[in-house]
Amino acid sequence: MKKRILTSHIVHYGVCVLAALTSVPLIAILGEVLIKGYKQFSWAFLTQPTPTAYKAMMALAQGEDIPGGIANGILGSLIMLLMAAIIAIPVGIMGGIYLSENSNKRFAQIVSYMTDLLQGTPSVIIGIITYIWVVVPMRGYSAIAGSVALTVMMLPLIVRSTEETMKILPQSLKEAGLALGGNYAKVVMKVQLPSAFGGIFTGVLLAISRVIGETAPLMFTALGCQVIRLSVDKPMSAVPLLIWEFFNDPNLQDLIWGASLFLLLFVLSINLLSKYLAKKWQS
Amino acid sequence: MTIINPILEFKEVTVNYTSSVQAVKGVTAAIERNSITAIMGPSGCGKSTLLRAANLMHNLYPNIRIGGEILLEGRNILDMESIEVRRKIGMVFQRPAPFPTMSINENVLAGYTLNGIHLSRAQKADIVEKSLRSVSLWDEVKDVLTKKGTFLSGGQQQRLCIARALALQPEVLLMDEPTSALDPIATKHIEQLITQLKDDVTILIVTHNMGQARRIAAKSMFMYLGDLIEYDDTKKMFTDPANELTSAFLNGKMG
Repeated sequence: MKKRILTSHIVHYGVCVLAALTSVPLIAILGEVLIKGYKQFSWAFLTQPTPTAYKAMMALAQGEDIPGGIANGILGSLIMLLMAAIIAIPVGIMGGIYLSENSNKRFAQIVSYMTDLLQGTPSVIIGIITYIWVVVPMRGYSAIAGSVALTVMMLPLIVRSTEETMKILPQSLKEAGLALGGNYAKVVMKVQLPSAFGGIFTGVLLAISRVIGETAPLMFTALGCQVIRLSVDKPMSAVPLLIWEFFNDPNLQDLIWGASLFLLLFVLSINLLSKYLAKKWQS
Repeated sequence: MTIINPILEFKEVTVNYTSSVQAVKGVTAAIERNSITAIMGPSGCGKSTLLRAANLMHNLYPNIRIGGEILLEGRNILDMESIEVRRKIGMVFQRPAPFPTMSINENVLAGYTLNGIHLSRAQKADIVEKSLRSVSLWDEVKDVLTKKGTFLSGGQQQRLCIARALALQPEVLLMDEPTSALDPIATKHIEQLITQLKDDVTILIVTHNMGQARRIAAKSMFMYLGDLIEYDDTKKMFTDPANELTSAFLNGKMG
């Protein structure tokens, strides 16, 4: 075989193998978490709060499974996510609309650039800043502080996805709406936003899946909590925070994998859902 | 050529994209009531730009400046609210643009929805049927009114867009090359439709298709590089053009 053909084959198979390698980590992670975590997965695990270290220790000493679960974390994650979403979704969508409509204005370009930078800001820094802005003045850790940090993380993702989606809508849609005598707000709300809904919704889902697993910003803000709690001005738990707590407590280490499995499945299903919706919307 | 009691009048209308680029250079023309007037000319002659000025579509783009006067029933629309103008002067675009999230029904009523006008169920049904009948689409879609407008064929979509514009009972209907994205059969349908509509509405249509102008328009304008070169009865213009440029265009020597 000629040398150049051989080189071509080597390169071709080389890139195939390397491409396959990129999926190895995901499969390995999924496999490991599944194998180690499925045993703890039960109704009680999802509905009961974290056991105290003492209870866990006693159960371990008697050779029993650790009682309790991650309900406080699940509930806390959902509450903080909901509070963050209530602010981040409308503000993000409005911001995205503004940026897409005024892309040639200097101000919009600056805002757009800032959004990119915010998106790239390390989450631990967002956490420490939120600590100074919210936790210090409120004199204590709280779910509110946690959700502020999550809001800041979600915002740029929603702004950008809305902006991108609105930009690919045909201009003719907007003109047709205005030509019927609709005012600008009506055309945006009744024509453009519904047409862009699929894309925006996908962006929101991706933003959710991105922040639900965040640990660092919550460590500085929500802190964590051992019991199921609904008051948002007090420290609150979250699933990723629990994983970190379990890791640090030798008696609770058996719970790491169940919590990890829950988080992983949650994020993966949201991701798959958003991919499915994006595909459906495009067709 | 004098037009008595015109519905729409362009007076020294200029449209500037930038301070140095003038797309329409002082066009003066009166549009005859309840008739079809065609605007012809080669690409880039300013025909669409002039048309879009008549329902203030240029207001969307802050850099565009309009000069002169455009009178609708004697009132200068450049001094009126764009919302008011656009309700009286409807527009149909080159590409059919039914709203993709709305059903056929909702598309026809979109003008009312977007204007925040509430209608009773009976009024809605009445408007939908009347509008769709006027574009000969009723029989084809009456059983699928709740399906999405984008589910229709290109020609049907364009008729739906015309119905949507007519639903608001505009005084003038602007059409910007409404058949250029359609096949010949759909084009024929739309042309027939346009000739039927002129009893209810004045139609100003931009076309790059001379045959279309000759088939449907009573009066025709010929524009070239932003100037209105000739404006006359279509028959007169096609048989005996007054200007050499018009003659060259009609003989296929440019455009």
